[in-house]
Amino acid sequence: MQKRTKILFILIGLLPISMCIAAGIGAYQILPWRIPRILFFREEGFAVLVHVRFPRVILSAVVGAMLAISGATLQGIFRNPLADPGLIGVTAGAGLGATLWIVLIGGGALGVWGLPVAAFGCGVLVTVGVWKIAEEQGRVRTLTLLLAGIALNSFAGAGIGLMTFLADDEQLRSLTFWLLGGFGSATWHVVFVTLPIAAIGLFVLSRQAASLNAMSLGESEAYHLGVSTETLKRWSVFGVALTVGAAVSAAGGIGFVGLVVPHLLRLLGGADHRYVLPGSAVGGAILLVSADLFSRTVVAPAELPVGIVTALIGGPFFLWLLFRFKREVFL
Amino acid sequence: MIELEGIGYRIGQNWLVRDINVTIEKGTLWGIVGPNGAGKSTLLRLISGELPPATGEIRLFGKPIHNYEPKELARLRAYLQQKRDLNFPFISLEIVLFGRHPYLNGTKETTADLLIAKEALRQVEADMFADRLYPTLSGGEASRVDIARILTQAPDLFLLDEPTNHLDPRHQVQILNLCKTICDDSKTVITAIHDLNLASMYADRLLLLKDGISVACGSPETVLTLDQLSETYGIPFEVLPHPDGYPWVMPCLNPS
Repeated sequence: MQKRTKILFILIGLLPISMCIAAGIGAYQILPWRIPRILFFREEGFAVLVHVRFPRVILSAVVGAMLAISGATLQGIFRNPLADPGLIGVTAGAGLGATLWIVLIGGGALGVWGLPVAAFGCGVLVTVGVWKIAEEQGRVRTLTLLLAGIALNSFAGAGIGLMTFLADDEQLRSLTFWLLGGFGSATWHVVFVTLPIAAIGLFVLSRQAASLNAMSLGESEAYHLGVSTETLKRWSVFGVALTVGAAVSAAGGIGFVGLVVPHLLRLLGGADHRYVLPGSAVGGAILLVSADLFSRTVVAPAELPVGIVTALIGGPFFLWLLFRFKREVFL
Repeated sequence: MIELEGIGYRIGQNWLVRDINVTIEKGTLWGIVGPNGAGKSTLLRLISGELPPATGEIRLFGKPIHNYEPKELARLRAYLQQKRDLNFPFISLEIVLFGRHPYLNGTKETTADLLIAKEALRQVEADMFADRLYPTLSGGEASRVDIARILTQAPDLFLLDEPTNHLDPRHQVQILNLCKTICDDSKTVITAIHDLNLASMYADRLLLLKDGISVACGSPETVLTLDQLSETYGIPFEVLPHPDGYPWVMPCLNPS
């Protein structure tokens, strides 16, 4: 069996294991191998598992998958391994939507839906803006796309800063917590809304893998190899806006997953996007499930924002890998 | 057969290529020569379909080039670029396999594809670095891997932008011999080339460009003349007959 296939199989095997462990650990301890029994016979702990742990674990897996595959896709489009899913403005846009909602309208308005819908809408809107700015006679230049993203990111950043300045103490607290990200508010409702968006996004993005390979030689080389580069960029940005918008609106701003996970996959098995994209999705899911487990247990009964945990685990881990594979890494 | 009819391309008011009329027969090796900035690469990119011409029409095998789908076109013509930059750790064999992209529809390469790629690597004497990471190759090694990729694409028309750059004399000759073999197989090669003597040795036809305009077009004997070369490059030349028969071109220091 090829090395890459092996890595993918191992990751796919690790995902349910990590999810079961994460579902078992918490204030109320459940041994992972007892989970099927509890579910089947509705033993003690059933309510905790089904109503509290499962939605949270599933949501963190889905969000991790979406962030990581988006990062891998944008790195392919921009042909730069340092690209981040935030580059096309969707993360900052969603952040702006959320802060505007919290400060100007009130976090609880329109029940549980107001905040995520505002975040998702604003994230997608900013990305559409970035795309429109970069578009010229039906063609989008990748460099212009990047620059437009940076410009609108800074606008959105200014907006978030202004809202932080205007916020009162209570708003500031929920705002900070939201911006740092977390799964504290995970419910089945959020899962059911996020899942179909994730399914569409992951499907669209995974279909671009072969074209992204050709794209890594450059845009005109990709064209000469038969890739419709405009279509590729359009679908990729669409997929990233959808998935990252959904991820941020479900869990706030969680950094580092989209940057680190694709890198890890490349270090382990090479750069072929037909392996990096699905591998990143599964790897991102595992990483975020573990990070969330850590964030809610390490200072229990309080909870760390998961964005801090991903940065805290991601940074040093990334550095370690960097030193180990120094000669083979291309930045 | 490739027909160029009144081809022009401009950026703003600046014409990079203007009024080119050429018919290129199947099975011939064409060299495009001329000074830096004469429009050689632009002309190649126009023929490849990457740039839309501002004036005129290009027909590839009887059909206007803009009527082809990108994938369909990629099976008919391949393009070798001058500059390359790759930021991902692909190995050479993977780069060569990219040549199969127009045949694959996103599916995985088969053993047959792998054999084609390996054979192409062998043809350019690059099989020993099949497993090396492409970004770690030297300029000349990477050039040969790129040429293997073009061969793997198996087109009828090869567009090469200075394929002999970075190569030592042995590999320059080898690549041009390969071009000859390709033409003998009734495929067509159009190559931009700076080395006038290699062009003279290998090309069936030459197109001499200056400022985007065709100065001369025809066999090496009719194109590489003293007056036309001095006029185009702005320096004195000496043209001698090479013992093998083709014109031998030298810039000269002290014109008599």
